[in-house]
Amino acid sequence: MIRIFSILIGAFFSLALLLAFGTGAYSYITEPPAKTAEARFHLKPEHLDLPSNGWFGKYDKAQLQRGFKVYSEVCAACHSIKHVAFRDLKALGYNEAQVKTIAAKFTVTAKDPLTGEVKDRPGVPADRFPTVAYAGKGVPPDLSLITKARHGGGGYVHSLLTGYADPATYKNAAGEALPKENQPGDGLYFNPYFANLNLSMPAPITSEGQVTYDDGTKATVEQMSKDVSAFLVWTAEPELEKRHQTGAWWMGFLLFATVLAYMSYRNIWADKKGH
Amino acid sequence: MSFPWSKEYTPSHPLMVWLDEKLPLPRLVYGAVGGGYEVPRNLNYMWNFGFLAGLCLMIQIVTGVVLAMHYGGDTKVAFDSTEHIMRDVNWGWMLRYGHANGASAFFVVVYAHIFRGFYYGSYKAPREMIWLLGVVIFLLMMATAFMGYVLPWGQMSFWGAQVITGLFSAIPLVGDPLREWLLGGFSPDNATLNRFFSLHFLLPFVILGVVILHVWALHIPGSSNPTGVEVKSESDTVPFFPYFVGKDGWTIGLFMLIYSAFVFFMPNALGHPDNYIPANPMQTPAHIVPEWYFWPFYAILRAFTVDFLIVPAKLMGVLAMFAAILVWFFLPWLDRSPVRSANYRPLYRKFFWVLVLDVAVLAYCGGAPAEEPFVMISQIASLYYFLHFFVIVPVVSSIERPDPLPYSITEAVLGTDESAKLDGNG
Ligand code: HEC
Ligand code: HEM
Repeated sequence: MIRIFSILIGAFFSLALLLAFGTGAYSYITEPPAKTAEARFHLKPEHLDLPSNGWFGKYDKAQLQRGFKVYSEVCAACHSIKHVAFRDLKALGYNEAQVKTIAAKFTVTAKDPLTGEVKDRPGVPADRFPTVAYAGKGVPPDLSLITKARHGGGGYVHSLLTGYADPATYKNAAGEALPKENQPGDGLYFNPYFANLNLSMPAPITSEGQVTYDDGTKATVEQMSKDVSAFLVWTAEPELEKRHQTGAWWMGFLLFATVLAYMSYRNIWADKKGH
Repeated sequence: MSFPWSKEYTPSHPLMVWLDEKLPLPRLVYGAVGGGYEVPRNLNYMWNFGFLAGLCLMIQIVTGVVLAMHYGGDTKVAFDSTEHIMRDVNWGWMLRYGHANGASAFFVVVYAHIFRGFYYGSYKAPREMIWLLGVVIFLLMMATAFMGYVLPWGQMSFWGAQVITGLFSAIPLVGDPLREWLLGGFSPDNATLNRFFSLHFLLPFVILGVVILHVWALHIPGSSNPTGVEVKSESDTVPFFPYFVGKDGWTIGLFMLIYSAFVFFMPNALGHPDNYIPANPMQTPAHIVPEWYFWPFYAILRAFTVDFLIVPAKLMGVLAMFAAILVWFFLPWLDRSPVRSANYRPLYRKFFWVLVLDVAVLAYCGGAPAEEPFVMISQIASLYYFLHFFVIVPVVSSIERPDPLPYSITEAVLGTDESAKLDGNG
């Protein structure tokens, strides 16, 4: 009885699926889905080689400091990194005094602990980076987590920063020009790495020497884009180094313990066949 | 369970004698996981996953309880408090990555455990109750995981809650009010987050309770085994301690190695980047996808694209998705083959492997965008899924000629069984 019931239910779902498949296949053949312009022109982010990549990756502090400088002098005009606290910058190799100086350059809005009054004051190391008011077109996202919030991570930011192209002359790999309806509208800029091809951020890094590096590294557009991407990988994963180190020790211990446990298992079963 | 040769607990130390009279806890341990519990000697590694599932549940409860000490279940702070855990709480990143990847590990282990059941016919008499409780556990796990994913209040959290609770509105008449009642509003909001947090904290302990029943039910007939032939004599079994403590024990290490590789070295490999974007009710993500462990069922849900008879497509999808799991409840009665193990069921064995492939295809389609050709592929794959459980299993079990079974577990392991000769069967 239950089996007859079951076969009937099975037939019910199967027929519905056959019908759905038939309908789908029919329209697939009669009107094959056209590839959208986004699908034809959108590029996957390039891989970016960073010292923090891989299981044993570590941050390059000098690079992070350079990246922080690019962030502060270029991106900070529009983007916040509100999950990062000034004290976290010690991880980049700054000392206590330097962190204090950096923090003091920012204005934070906070409650006065004595009066309870909310007012502006210079930042202190315990504060987080303040939010940024932006008057232009579009909504610049907070960048603290951006490399975890996009496929491709740091590679995506780097590709985006260096990927701006002239929509009038751009050709994709198949040699097609950008269709008219995908040309950037007012206040939009064409960038094939951006999901819908046009975004409201003008290319932020445009000329060599836009930032003067303190360590003498040549500030090419490529170098600055790479450094700021590395910095944004750090803002998203400040724990990465500790995680990798702890992980390595822990895996070593586990391996040792597992081998021991395996040997005792073999020992226990030595007198039995069938394991 | 006790076979005639199972040993009884006899405390020797006066303290243990005293304790045994007041609260026979050592007796319970001895009989359940100690030297007094006899287990088939031929269990292979597929029988380790139940133990590992228990380990996963413990990992989730411990990491989860500590996370809850730092998390804020309010839409205004949920996302930021999650980041606070990652950045400011000592070892907070380890707790959070451990819990998120722990959920994935739990599902890997439980899927292996369930497919072990499909292959070795573990659901058959006398183990139906173990199986039924197992399916209840699986349903509870899905509910728990779904609500847990909403807690960080990222884009996928919000939109996942939107889509999944939206399924209830497919139910005729009561659908919309039911959905509003579940959400505590017209769309996911603070009321939703609050109740999800509360339930997400509660359900793992409900699961723990059902697991206790599950293992209790297991101890009545004892474990089945790869031959599916029931235990006959003492030479078929070994005591749980030390044999299976040793065998389960060392695979803890193996499991932890794989799990830790994810936690420490690729913690976001199984997650979706969109959940690092704070929830925004005004902006729908390009593709709304659940976590990987829901993909097969998500593919079935989306495979129903046209209305059927009087049933609207959306409702068909919802019915099918639930039917895809609920049918497991009936498996012990749909499969009438007296032979448990697929090792001796040549025809069923083939269909089993097709099912494994089929579920993998469904999983792939469920994770892919709802575009062609994935929709068509998931329609075919769903079709096979339903045929398998509703038609193939019952039909094959009545027409198949199984291969000859070994006389006993001992014979299967050693090649001969002395007691078989005495029995006149050797
Ligand atoms: C003039 C203001 C401005 C400056 C300067 C600026 N951005 Fe932006 N940025 C924006 C705006 C506006 C958006 C939103 C774009 C959109 O969604 O259309 C944006 C978006 C982004 C995005 C997200 C793109 C996505 O996938 O959604 C990234 C990453 C980004 N900016 C990185 C940077 C970096 C790195 C810098 C510094 C080198 C920088 N921006 C400087 C205005 C700015
Ligand atoms: C929290 C999740 C679960 C835990 C902790 C758990 C625990 C266990 C344990 C410890 C065993 C004995 C060892 C073994 O056979 O692997 C077992 C056996 C079993 N479990 Fe589970 N289980 C869980 C979920 C499930 C689910 C979801 C199902 C099925 C839908 C299931 C079905 C079974 C069956 C049929 C057996 C008996 C196997 C046999 O003897 O052949 N379990 N379980």
